[in-house]
Amino acid sequence: MTQSVSLTINGRPREDHVEPRLLLVHYLREVAGLTGTHIACDTSQCGACTVLIDGEAVKSCSVFTVQAAGKDVTTIEGLAQEGTLHPVQQAFWNEHGLQCGFCTPGFIMAAAYLLKQNPSPTDAEIERGLEGNLCRCTGYENIKKAVRSASQAMNGGTAETSANLVGSAAAPVEG
Amino acid sequence: MITAAFEYARPGSVDEAQSLLTKYGDDAKVIAGGQSLIPLMRLRLSQPTALVDIQGIHGLKEVRRDNGSVEIGALVRHVDIQRNATLREALPILVEMANDVGDNQVRNLGTIGGVIAHGDAAGDYNALALMLDAEIVTNKRRHKASDFFRDIFTTALEHDEVVTAVRFPVSTGRFAYTKFRRRLYDWAIAGVAVQETGSSWRVGYVNLARTPRRGASVERALAGGASAADAAAESGSDIDPTGDVRATAEYKRHLAQVLTARTLEKATMAA
Repeated sequence: MTQSVSLTINGRPREDHVEPRLLLVHYLREVAGLTGTHIACDTSQCGACTVLIDGEAVKSCSVFTVQAAGKDVTTIEGLAQEGTLHPVQQAFWNEHGLQCGFCTPGFIMAAAYLLKQNPSPTDAEIERGLEGNLCRCTGYENIKKAVRSASQAMNGGTAETSANLVGSAAAPVEG
Repeated sequence: MITAAFEYARPGSVDEAQSLLTKYGDDAKVIAGGQSLIPLMRLRLSQPTALVDIQGIHGLKEVRRDNGSVEIGALVRHVDIQRNATLREALPILVEMANDVGDNQVRNLGTIGGVIAHGDAAGDYNALALMLDAEIVTNKRRHKASDFFRDIFTTALEHDEVVTAVRFPVSTGRFAYTKFRRRLYDWAIAGVAVQETGSSWRVGYVNLARTPRRGASVERALAGGASAADAAAESGSDIDPTGDVRATAEYKRHLAQVLTARTLEKATMAA
């Protein structure tokens, strides 16, 4: 038995008929076709499936789609605006805040939420703020570096853009 | 795992929730944040045939202080507790507990009413409700916390009963909470809460029996003038832990005693 669900994903309203037991993460990936939200532990521990509901980070493996009816969902696909990466995405790129990359979308969503709540977190606050996300490559140091760098960029500092990075990589090496 | 199939309804009032629960029968469950229920459903340890989602009911999200009590609506989430100025004044130990529940993602959804109704001995707030003689307010009655937690995951709630609020006495004395765990976002392997009320101390135990427990023997020893260490030695009579994958019963008893002494010392030194 399906039910009608209306919600907004990354600014676009949509309506679908879903079974009440369909988890939000499965809805996003299989119905809405947004596969950037990953499934890993499947037991609400790892945070790979983190998305924002009405601007707040949640684990989409522990929410039924029907519970999200009427809400505003943001996934990793919705962070970049008009082709410009979100400062957190940019910082993960610049600082290589990843190893295999599987946990990255969840970390970026959790970090974007953290920085919205606390624009200048201390290292301890970054660790606490990301406690719900696991990186099995254990690449935490660069992840923390990326969050610090995103925080600086969002507070008016400058972060290199990907265009600069690509440009500099292509430029002849000095010496 | 995919959960068993269920029907889903989102009532607009407590009365409507009650009639839906009556209509769906014994195997229906109330869902709020779902942060305990959904993982259990995914393991198929819980297979409700219907979920009554109370998220849209008005009036269950307030925190009100009146006379000597603070009443917290059932839909108040952990994150709301963390940020609530009234609670920081009137019941700071609850704010400290909320800071250590799960992680940001869990705290953004999980509610105090959900913790209470779920009745888990590992639910931090349940031990606090018990030790402070809180009242659990439902659509049908007011339960004393001391009559509410009956057995493992078992409360005094009837199947068509909905928790609407929890009423704590304003508690502004010295306090401390120790949540012992291996990883930040875990449940407590053992938790000890202490709160000074007037000239006496209340003690509560998290996950050290099938239900939350009050440290009545420890409280008596403290009232009789015992030191923190001597009072803590009484903790064994207040708890009844069982071994599990994380710790043996013997180790949990050891933890209870050590943590009781430390938590009391922390509370008295904080002042």
